[in-house]
Amino acid sequence: MGTTLFEKIWNAHFVEFREDGRELLYIDRHIVHDLHAPHAFKELSKQQRHVRRKDLTLVVQDHTVSTRENGEAISGNMRVTQEVCAENQVSFVDHRSPEHGISHIIAVEQGLALPGKTLACPDSHASTVGALGCLAFGCGTTELVHILATQTMALVKPKQMRINLTGQLQLGVSAKDLSLHLIRKLGVTAGRGYAVEYAGPVVRDMELEGRMTLCNMTIEWGGRTCLIAPDAQTLSWYQKQSKEISHEILQFLVEKSKELYSDLDAKFDAEITLDCTDVQPHITWGTDPSQAVGVHEPIALSHDLSPEQHTRHLQALHYMGLQPGQSLRGTPVQRVFIGSCTNARLSDLREAARVVRGRTVAKNVVAFVVPGSAKIKAQAEAEGLDQIFLKSGFEWHFSGCSMCAGANGEVGAPGERCVSTSNRNFENRQGRGVRTHLASPATAAACAIAGHIVDAATLIKGEEYP
Amino acid sequence: MTPFIQVQGAAIPMPMDDVNTDQIIPSKYLKDLDADLAEGFLAFQRKKPDGGVNANFVLERPQFKSAPILVVGTNFGCGSSREHAVWAMQAFGIRCVIGHQLAEFFIENCLKNGVLPIELETNQHHLLMQKVVQADGYLPVCIDLLNCEIRGPGDLLHHFEIDTQQRRMLLEGLDEISMSLKKLHAIERWEDVNQAQLRSSFHK
Repeated sequence: MGTTLFEKIWNAHFVEFREDGRELLYIDRHIVHDLHAPHAFKELSKQQRHVRRKDLTLVVQDHTVSTRENGEAISGNMRVTQEVCAENQVSFVDHRSPEHGISHIIAVEQGLALPGKTLACPDSHASTVGALGCLAFGCGTTELVHILATQTMALVKPKQMRINLTGQLQLGVSAKDLSLHLIRKLGVTAGRGYAVEYAGPVVRDMELEGRMTLCNMTIEWGGRTCLIAPDAQTLSWYQKQSKEISHEILQFLVEKSKELYSDLDAKFDAEITLDCTDVQPHITWGTDPSQAVGVHEPIALSHDLSPEQHTRHLQALHYMGLQPGQSLRGTPVQRVFIGSCTNARLSDLREAARVVRGRTVAKNVVAFVVPGSAKIKAQAEAEGLDQIFLKSGFEWHFSGCSMCAGANGEVGAPGERCVSTSNRNFENRQGRGVRTHLASPATAAACAIAGHIVDAATLIKGEEYP
Repeated sequence: MTPFIQVQGAAIPMPMDDVNTDQIIPSKYLKDLDADLAEGFLAFQRKKPDGGVNANFVLERPQFKSAPILVVGTNFGCGSSREHAVWAMQAFGIRCVIGHQLAEFFIENCLKNGVLPIELETNQHHLLMQKVVQADGYLPVCIDLLNCEIRGPGDLLHHFEIDTQQRRMLLEGLDEISMSLKKLHAIERWEDVNQAQLRSSFHK
């Protein structure tokens, strides 16, 4: 019987069984951020242990970094992160350095996440880099200490699932729309216990950055990690990043990618096929990412639901200040956030800029763009995207996680409705009482212009411009 | 790690599904290294926007103030992998969480902190939740990891399943890193064999 892509990478990194039956998996690269670094490094020294592979460890400040020009300079987490990095002599990326960015974004930008390799990051969105065929695991702080001390993770091997995405995405439908559609269909726990492989014609046709968005959202339907088999597009994507990625790595990639696929007779514990031809631009109406609808669709009526779903449905509607059966279109918004490890790459900013160009942000809307990395920011500026955003009334920020998790204090005001390109619409996540609607960069940009929830396509056609 | 052998006390009924870690510990408690995590535990449910105490919320009721057991719905602890969620729960005094299903990252983080995560079948979970709601904290529940039993409230008795090795780790309060480092020679061997490949992954 053949092996899956996941098994190939897993087996190549298997070190040994531990006495409790867990498998020690070697971690090729390890990216730590400011939310966990202070606790983890302090715990390490408390245990009188040291960083086993400084050369494979990189520390970034992303979660608590102020992204405003004159924002609060240094958070407590940032200060202690700097101190522990100096004490432990590990590489550290300062929040205003040209290499700065969100962990999962600089991991691919700087060639730290590579096909066939393993990566760990103390963050549930670590599997973003699965888009390149890099097997990544998120972890907690104690697990992080374990990786620092051993350069391995002690894991129970997950089951495997393949999602075949068939058909063809329609013009104007992005990877984010597809992710929201998929989570809506499968529910927030469908991937629990699984390593997921995304496959099929839709994935094959999808650009690399879209694949990263798709992989990023895997945890939102419960998946432990995910992969996409590298192909010609993957290679050309790396080639375009050539300044950061050496010739040796490119050679390695060409060789490696020939082996990185699931064999035809490989067996998965679960397989799902989803036709994507009819997927529409999506937006969430509720308080978890499965509570989403097409932009033109009404929210379901509660009496169509099971008793358990019914309660959750009504609670979510209550928090969001919405009614069963209503359409979201025309609902006023006060804030728009374009950013996060889900949707702050160059292609996302271009997609938003296309909608924004020559238009003005509606009165009463605070709209801002937070590029995923300093490099993306510089590239966008070289293309003049910053000017498009600034002229239309958007704020243009430095890179960081910002309002995705609000851990840097960049949050909305109570009751505000925020259209956000991030990954979680949980109650109070973007500030106490803030009502988050997850959407694609195009939809978010269109909502900023219209001042209410709108379909980007109809806005561009001039049908809904206020 | 503090061993977990047996814990007895009030069980807090919280029959909510999909409680995520942003709710369990809001992000404002993450950016302050000296934050009071016990205060942060489910802070937005416990405190009104004006800062006043929401006396109706279960954690604010006097009989649950030092309760060691939390009984939750499905998919508790979903979302962000932040371990602060478990620390906050622990700081509040909770040593055991019982749910229908718990989120994967959350289970891992519990096990690494000496908190016992228990997952029950639908019917068992339903019955326990019902009895815990009725008991309202006035009848004790005993969680016995040696015998894998939940005793109470009243004469209710449930057996629970837990992986043998996870059970041992908790009972003995074992240090995982020491356990892994027993395999140090294997880690070094792996590095020797794969060193060339590793070197090729350095970009600088």
